[in-house]
Amino acid sequence: MAIAMIGRKLGMMRLYDGAGHAHGVSVIELGPNTVTQVRTAERDGYTAVQLGFDGNRKRVNRPKRGHLRKAGVETAALDQLHEVRVPNVEGYELGQALTVDQFEPGQFVNVAGTSKGRGFAGGVKRWNFRGGPKTHGQSDRHRAPGSVGAGTTPGRVFKGLRMAGHMGAQRSTVLNLLVVLTDPTRNLIFVEGSVPGPRGGIVHVEPGRRKPLAAFQPPALPSAGEAGAEPAQAAEAAGAAQEDGAGA
Amino acid sequence: MSIDLRELAPPANPELPQFGPGDTVRVLVRVVEGDRERLQPFEGVVIRVKGGAAGNFTVRRIASGVGVERTFPLSSPRVESVTVTRRGRTRRARLYYLRGRTGRAARVKEARRVTPTE
Repeated sequence: MAIAMIGRKLGMMRLYDGAGHAHGVSVIELGPNTVTQVRTAERDGYTAVQLGFDGNRKRVNRPKRGHLRKAGVETAALDQLHEVRVPNVEGYELGQALTVDQFEPGQFVNVAGTSKGRGFAGGVKRWNFRGGPKTHGQSDRHRAPGSVGAGTTPGRVFKGLRMAGHMGAQRSTVLNLLVVLTDPTRNLIFVEGSVPGPRGGIVHVEPGRRKPLAAFQPPALPSAGEAGAEPAQAAEAAGAAQEDGAGA
Repeated sequence: MSIDLRELAPPANPELPQFGPGDTVRVLVRVVEGDRERLQPFEGVVIRVKGGAAGNFTVRRIASGVGVERTFPLSSPRVESVTVTRRGRTRRARLYYLRGRTGRAARVKEARRVTPTE
């Protein structure tokens, strides 16, 4: 059973699956993650595995380095640590590596990350307010939030009223994204749809609850100048040519 | 970030010929109907070509008196083949002006000299 992993969002691109359908995918560099701590029921009262990922920092601060030394992986720059609850810690050892192999094309995953910060945003951007009329003599009311309440009764503004304020830069999770492809050699996972955060942002990928697609045909591995893909394409073209000839 | 996504993007189909705006092309598209697949031709004037990793091109034709435009990705496996049936001479890259015209006015001049390709 796959467990959650830490990765880095690389960006988005397009892939064609085996049926020729295009998928807009987010590319995530997922792992390898190292087990840095194992929490047991006897010692901690619950069972979990702490994973480390070599994130964007070049160095790890001294307290964290000490923590990594205990796991025997002091030399690794695992600046990103994340604890994952597991029902049973058997089979997890300190220093063990987890990779994208856990995930398979056709299954669904949840992806969590820190959304892009929008700063102090107005009601139109933050809450999809419609703003005021653009014409008919309006001035200064184009993106105004409108009325915030009644008059003497209740004589105050209700709590929780949607107003301008800080937006984004908070943890956000997208549920049940289709895994289109995984690339174990490059530690990449291609997930359909968008994913929170900027390119280079740290994301957590966990198995989703939706049942895997039974008949999903994953695309061929995208190859940066590698062989592999070429013969397959040529064969396909040859087959199609025959088909063509038969039809004519 | 060590990986350039542009290297991973599916390349444009290498079997596609050189063509550009103004050319009349015949595109064979794989169409799935139920459980069988066939090739459907779509012939018309190329009115735009967008390059790059996610490039595509748009073909315009008049079908049953109605203007129809279809956009095909350059890298799609569903595009079986493209054959150029006529080279057109144009002075602009996007032939959107054809949309407002019909009949004789919507013609594109034929290229006198075809630039040698391949």
